[in-house]
Amino acid sequence: MGSRTPLYATHLAAGAKMVDFGGWDMPVHYGSQIEEHHAVRRDAGMFDVSHMCVVDLGGERVREFLLALLANDVAKLRTRGKALYSCMLNETGGVIDDLIVYYLDEGLFRLVVNAGTRDKDIAWIRARAAAHAVTVEPRHDLAMIAVQGPEARQKAARAAGPEAGAALELTPFTGGQFGRCFIARTGYTGEDGWEIVTPASEVTDLWSALVDADVRPCGLGARDTLRLEAGMNLYGNDMDESVTPLESALGWTVAFVPEDRDFVGRAALEQQQRDGLTRKLVGLLLEDRGVLRSHQKVIVPGLGEGELTSGTFSPTLERSIGLARIPMAAGDRVEVEIRGKWLPARVVKPPFVRNGQACISL
Amino acid sequence: MSNIPTELKYRKSHEWVRDEGDGTVTVGISDHAQQALGDLVFVEIPEVGRELSAGEACAVVESVKAASDVYSPVSGAVTAANDALAGSPEIVNQDPYGAGWIARIRLSDPAELDGLLAASQYEEVVKAAED
Repeated sequence: MGSRTPLYATHLAAGAKMVDFGGWDMPVHYGSQIEEHHAVRRDAGMFDVSHMCVVDLGGERVREFLLALLANDVAKLRTRGKALYSCMLNETGGVIDDLIVYYLDEGLFRLVVNAGTRDKDIAWIRARAAAHAVTVEPRHDLAMIAVQGPEARQKAARAAGPEAGAALELTPFTGGQFGRCFIARTGYTGEDGWEIVTPASEVTDLWSALVDADVRPCGLGARDTLRLEAGMNLYGNDMDESVTPLESALGWTVAFVPEDRDFVGRAALEQQQRDGLTRKLVGLLLEDRGVLRSHQKVIVPGLGEGELTSGTFSPTLERSIGLARIPMAAGDRVEVEIRGKWLPARVVKPPFVRNGQACISL
Repeated sequence: MSNIPTELKYRKSHEWVRDEGDGTVTVGISDHAQQALGDLVFVEIPEVGRELSAGEACAVVESVKAASDVYSPVSGAVTAANDALAGSPEIVNQDPYGAGWIARIRLSDPAELDGLLAASQYEEVVKAAED
C-alpha cells in the first residue's frame, strides 16, 4: 500500500481508478482521461496534488540561503507573494528537483517540491540550512488542490471561502493567504488557474465545494497530457540528476547574472558551457499515426541517436507529441522507432498548446 | 462489471471471437479490455491477406496511457479489417462487440474454436483481473 492523501476516500467514492505514483496511491482518472483533459482546456478541472510537499523555510538569512541553494535567483522575488520556478542542483549540475519558491515574508519563504523527491529534497536542504540558521519545516498539515482552466478562478473563488474573491486580483505567478487558504495563480497545465493550499483537515470540504461549483475532478493521466501539451518537464522523466538544466530546455531558469552569485552547481554548468553542449531537449510532433512514448529511440540522420523522455497522444491537437533528448546539432527532422518501424517526426519548440490554443503548426 | 455476451467466445488475453457460420470469425477486444485500457487513441489493424497463427500479435490498441498487443485467437487469413478504427479509435470504447470489431479471419483450423473460453469461463478471468 502506498501513501494516501486526505482525499483518498473521496477519490474512491468518485469512482477513480487509482495507480501508484512515486509511492502514492493517486487517481489516474475518474472515467475518461480525455474528457478530463478537455474540461481543463475548455472549462475547469481540479487535481489533488496533496502528494506534493510544501516546505516552509524560516529565518533572517533565508533569502541568502536560497541565493546559494537554487539555480534561479530569488533576488527576482521583490514583492511578497511572488513565485519563482527553479531547479535545485547538485554539485555536478544534475537536477535534484524542480520546484516553486514563494516569497512570503523576509524571514519566510515557501517551497513546493515533487512527491517522488520530497525526502531527498528535505535531506539536501536540511544539510545546508543549518549554516544559514534556516529552519526547514515540511508542512504535513497542509493539502493542495490545483484548479485549472479558463473558468477555474471564477469557479474556485465561489468555493474557497468568503475571502477567496479577493484572490481574483492575483497576477500570474503570485500568491497569498486568503482566509484559511493559501492561493497562488500557478499551475502545470498551460491554462489559467489557482493552486490552493489548505489545512489537510479541511481539504475534503474544499473539494466538495469545488465539485458543487461545477469543477471537474481530473486524474494524473490528464495532468500528464496537459503538462506535456504545455511543454512542461516532468521530473524523473524529462530530467533527473544525470542531466543539467541546460540539457533539459531549462536554461532560461538558470540565472548566471549576477556573476558573483555562487549557487550549487554553477561551476559545473559553466564548465559544460565552455565544453559545449552535446544534447538538447526538444519537442517532437509525430508526422504519422501512432503514439510517441518515453524511452522510444530517436535517430537524427548523420548525427546519432537520442531518446524520447515523454510521449503521449495530445487530445487537443489529436496528434502524438513528445519531448526528446537528441544531439545538439539536430535540425527539424528526426525518426522515431515505434514497434520496429521508423516513423518521421518534426522537431518543434514547445509549448504545443497554451490557453486552449495550438502553438505549433500541424 | 463489464459486459460479456454469452454468444461469443473469448481468449484469456481479452479478445472475443464471433463465429459467423461461414468459415470465418470476427475478432475484437472485450468490454473489460477497453475499460482497462481507457480512451483509445490509436488502433493498428492487420493487413488483409495476412496469415495469422493462433496467439500471434495481430493488432495494437493504444490508449492515452499505454499500448497493448491484440492476439489472434485463431489461425487463418485476414479477410477484412476495420478501417474505420484508423480515424475513430474511440469506436472500440463505445461499441467493443459491434462497430468496434478489429478483423475478420478465415479459419484454417475450425477445431481451434473449441479451445476458446465460453462466456462463463471468461467471466472468471475478468473477476480475477478485477480483484
